[in-house]
Amino acid sequence: MIPTIPTPRALTVIWTSYVALFFVYLTLPLAVVAVFAFNDSQFPSLPWKGFTLDWFFGSTAPKIGVFHERAILGAIGTSALVGACVAILSVAVGTSNAFLFNRYKFRGRGLLYVLMLLPLVVPGIVLGISILVFSSNVANVMWDTAKVDAEFLRPGLVLVVLGQFSFITTIATLVISARLQKFDTTLEEAALNLGASRLTAVRTITVPFLMPAIVGAGVVAFLMSFENFNTTLMLVGSDAPLTIAMFDRLKEGSTPLLNAVSLLLMLGSSLLALILIAFQKRS
Amino acid sequence: MAASARLGFILLLMPLLLWLTLLIIIPHVDMLMLSLRERIGVGEYQTSIANYATVLTEPLYMRTFMRTAVMSIIATLITLLIAFPVSYYIAKMVRGRARSVLFLLCLIPFWVSELVRTFGWMILLRETGVISQFLQWSGAVSGPVEMLYNDAAIMTGLVYTSMLFMVVPLVTTLDSLDDAVIEAGYDLGGSGWSVMREIVIPHAVPGIVSGCIVVFMLSLGNYLTPTMLGGKDSLWFTEMIYSQFIVRFNWELGAAFGFMLLFLSSFIIWAMLRLTGQTLERTMG
Repeated sequence: MIPTIPTPRALTVIWTSYVALFFVYLTLPLAVVAVFAFNDSQFPSLPWKGFTLDWFFGSTAPKIGVFHERAILGAIGTSALVGACVAILSVAVGTSNAFLFNRYKFRGRGLLYVLMLLPLVVPGIVLGISILVFSSNVANVMWDTAKVDAEFLRPGLVLVVLGQFSFITTIATLVISARLQKFDTTLEEAALNLGASRLTAVRTITVPFLMPAIVGAGVVAFLMSFENFNTTLMLVGSDAPLTIAMFDRLKEGSTPLLNAVSLLLMLGSSLLALILIAFQKRS
Repeated sequence: MAASARLGFILLLMPLLLWLTLLIIIPHVDMLMLSLRERIGVGEYQTSIANYATVLTEPLYMRTFMRTAVMSIIATLITLLIAFPVSYYIAKMVRGRARSVLFLLCLIPFWVSELVRTFGWMILLRETGVISQFLQWSGAVSGPVEMLYNDAAIMTGLVYTSMLFMVVPLVTTLDSLDDAVIEAGYDLGGSGWSVMREIVIPHAVPGIVSGCIVVFMLSLGNYLTPTMLGGKDSLWFTEMIYSQFIVRFNWELGAAFGFMLLFLSSFIIWAMLRLTGQTLERTMG
């Protein structure tokens, strides 16, 4: 069952068709979402009523396209803002964690490493409610003792950012650690021998080496934040990010507008992924 | 030098400790405390296990809890069964460019939000959906078929959503198996099946375990797929947590629900790691 071992032809044929079928299964749901974004009908279903771009550019009801739908555009903006904050925060803490675990041997390192991994195995909705409970407790105590109204600790964008940050940091740490482990520390020592200070050595030698991983972790963090649903659902206030806004629309019944938004999302994330791959290849 | 190294250490330790204590540890302890609180009057509370007693004695809650666990386990197994031959094909049977293309193709749905993926299944499965129309057109059925809002639909969605998290670790571990070892297996007289059972599968265990852990976790904690594909009666545990917290505002009971979900997922992951002799560091880190 490897190319160098003779395999019965029938088996190879069955296997190959199975894999082909698998890829049909993988792409089918995405394909229908994309195709129905162009259906000139009120509903994303058959029969096909002809090709239209109204679900993108239409400006009159009932066919208001994505680019004229304020609520959806606002939600995209909210998601982008949240994603950028989460990416910056988790990459910063992730880089620091990677250096800590890679460079220092200290007591409790093993325990801290396991704790660092834990957010990966906590269900997102549980992360969301635990942060919700804790932050409202803090806000209540602040109100009871000092009459301070800590608005940012109530459900809203700050909590959404914190909730997503709480587990995306783990992923950022793992991505950056993987590259840091490959770094040859003698390069840094050479810089020190040549008279550089420790900080300069890290800044001019190690950080540029880590850059692909840092950018990669940032893009992954942004995309994960953009598509996060479970944690966000529990922490969201009045400004809904895109996934929540779309979910609310879907509950009321779907229109091809949602297909159009989905198609744009697919294009956007594939574009980011491609840029990421190109960037990784170059370095 | 030693002093500056020490300062560096402390500066690097602070973000980690702040993140872990403020966003992971204290919130979970807080949630546990809340779940152990019983309301006995207006603004009056006492510590008790009443919330857990409610969960255990109310058949609907318990049934949903068990159902979520069982369905997640089944979803994990189906995902593994579907993903293994595909991963083996990508890792071992194709070479060069075709291989990276296939692997990339597997990753594409991963970059698309779960909402879009689930939405795609709704368009396919619903009464007026593509599959129903296709069956009518081909003459296999005479009227519209509703394929949404049942357990099979939930299962389809769960398996689809988490497929990539199984394929990626499997391809990675199978990739690390040297072809020469497989050839040696054949040289020693092994058949395709015995080589698979005695060489390939044991080698793939770390990948199988990490894939299963992630898929199980994602299924158990999934909210979107069961709600959208299973309809109102999908009876999924995360929906109950949501309704206690957001709809009924009964945070004490909701926290107990949350803790049970956390306990269940940790227990099953722990058991899986113990059974296979793996550690969290090895499978996740």
